[in-house]
Amino acid sequence: MSVLVNKNTKLVVQGITGSEGAFHTQQMIEYGTNVVAGVTPGKGGQLFMDKIPIHNTMRGAVAKTGANASVIFVPPPFAADAIMEAAEAGVSLVVCITEGIPTMDMLKVHEYLKKYPKTTLIGPNCPGVITPGEAKIGIMPGFIHKPGTIGIISRSGTLTYEAVHQLCEAGLGQSTAIGIGGDPIIGTKHIDAVKLLNEDPKTEAIVLIGEIGGSDEEDAAAYIAKHVDKPVVAFIAGQTAPPGKRMGHAGAIIAGGKGTADEKMKALAAAGIHVVKSPADIGKKMKEVLGK
Amino acid sequence: MKIHEYQAKEILRSFGVPVPESKIAFSVQEAEKAAAEIGLPVVVKAQIHAGGRGKGGGVKFAPTAQDVTRYANDILGMTLITHQTGPEGNLVKKVLIEAASNIDRELYAGIVMDRATSKVTFMVSTEGGMEIEKVAEETPEKIVKVAVDTAVGLQAFQARQMAFSLGLTGDAFKNGVKFLMALYNAYVGTDASIFEINPLVVTKEGYVIALDAKANFDDNALYRHKDITALRDLDEEEPLEIEAGRSGLNYIKLDGNIGCMVNGAGLAMGTMDIIKLTGGEPANFLDVGGGASAETVEKGFRIILSDGSVKAVLINIFGGIVRCDRVAKGVIEAIKNIDTKVPIVVRLQGTNAEEGKKLLEESGMNIIAATELKDAAEKVVATLKTIEA
Repeated sequence: MSVLVNKNTKLVVQGITGSEGAFHTQQMIEYGTNVVAGVTPGKGGQLFMDKIPIHNTMRGAVAKTGANASVIFVPPPFAADAIMEAAEAGVSLVVCITEGIPTMDMLKVHEYLKKYPKTTLIGPNCPGVITPGEAKIGIMPGFIHKPGTIGIISRSGTLTYEAVHQLCEAGLGQSTAIGIGGDPIIGTKHIDAVKLLNEDPKTEAIVLIGEIGGSDEEDAAAYIAKHVDKPVVAFIAGQTAPPGKRMGHAGAIIAGGKGTADEKMKALAAAGIHVVKSPADIGKKMKEVLGK
Repeated sequence: MKIHEYQAKEILRSFGVPVPESKIAFSVQEAEKAAAEIGLPVVVKAQIHAGGRGKGGGVKFAPTAQDVTRYANDILGMTLITHQTGPEGNLVKKVLIEAASNIDRELYAGIVMDRATSKVTFMVSTEGGMEIEKVAEETPEKIVKVAVDTAVGLQAFQARQMAFSLGLTGDAFKNGVKFLMALYNAYVGTDASIFEINPLVVTKEGYVIALDAKANFDDNALYRHKDITALRDLDEEEPLEIEAGRSGLNYIKLDGNIGCMVNGAGLAMGTMDIIKLTGGEPANFLDVGGGASAETVEKGFRIILSDGSVKAVLINIFGGIVRCDRVAKGVIEAIKNIDTKVPIVVRLQGTNAEEGKKLLEESGMNIIAATELKDAAEKVVATLKTIEA
């Protein structure tokens, strides 16, 4: 078991002929992901890498291949449209890698997806999802991961890789790592990802990586306090971030004195979560908590 | 992106949101002319991006022409210090000359993007003129929140709810409803992220107008608003941050002395945090993006070192798809081109980390190599202690 993605996932790449889309499609295939089709409007009928059929529409791609997931590499002005097209075509998982989608567009997506409760959106502005040893949907380096029992949830890309690296150094593999994205409006929030990993029998413990801005970590903490018995180790990035400044991610901002790392760390600790102050202690702490 | 009050008011006016008659002035002469055209009395208002201008002495009521001359003289060229500018303050280069209003009541109206509900959300309050954060803390019951359904937009009944909650009656009620509807159209029509009308005033004649206006916009949506992009005032921004932006880098200046360069925003924040935990002070946030090529590393270096307080640099790159040996070559190349004496700790992790480390160590340059995050932070803080000793 694992969550969201496994070796049976049949993936469509939206924007497969763009430079990012093309490069990461090859990387995903090399890792073992079953990429069944691509979509680029106007290039339907062509083949990608001489073998993967390109379709004009998501509907066409899903009808022909039975795909159940999509990953989006299309530019920001067209990405919200791509998410809605994927949901409408019936895939159960949409992973949107694109960074820089206007917030107003994401509000519309959020509203639209209510009609498709069976579709889970991951991202946007995220590295994607990987179930080590089975498949990856996204841009993360596959080889740094090892199959195992630790689930990871994170708003950041390279900080997730850092956590994965530390877990591997501590001899701990991962069940599924979910990069939920650094934007203010995202499809799957910390709390949703916690629910998924909590229900996954293969996941023994959870690493939760948050950052300044919003209150999603606090919401997850409240849920964990009530419903999660699995050990959770957490780190919040931005303890030294000044208020009112966006720290790279569109969602990473302390606004009106709210969304500070301090508040989040307190809420997480109060929920019985093992909060580490240093990003270098994630792996070590998990090992200690599991008594391994 | 932030804009000035006078720019925000022009935008509001174009959407039919009532604002007082006003003119922008860059000199005392222009201020005098504007006051004469508008008619006395007027208010002279400093135009800087920070809030709290009134308390800092940047907003003055001018009943006579002599007052206009005197206040315009005082305010233009002053360094205005408010709770939002920091102790260094902001230089005032323009003033808004605005018709004085016959104020009956001061209210508050704001629109934000509520992340928790993913909805555009109004906040209105009878406590105009106060900081809304303070009202939220002390008397939260005085703030009425109304979430807008994304599919249909703000409905008239919601605007009526808000107008009633603000205690508006008669003409003021009708005008208040119209005001809120127009304000919403302006918000969604410009891809705004924050609108704050504080105070929103009701005049003795029953008009409802925006006496002050703060507007921030979604950077991701600026591509479709060329007119708003053109309103950017570079005088209000940190010069190094502007330069970094031109190079496609995300840089934010902080007060410490350890410069840092990292790939990825989350890891960049985490690196700042660990520097602080190890006893150092980060000089900046700098995300060079996932790739970290020689070119971006060099640009990043130049920006970090332009900050005179930087005494050491920590480079932390987690090479995923990019190989660490290539990053190492880029870093060495960049340091050669820059020719700096500042000690540099480089931590490379991920693909080909060992090869990368070896290249750095054999480069014969002033580079201290590290492989783990903790080790890197300790090494960079230690170099600083050596310098100080």
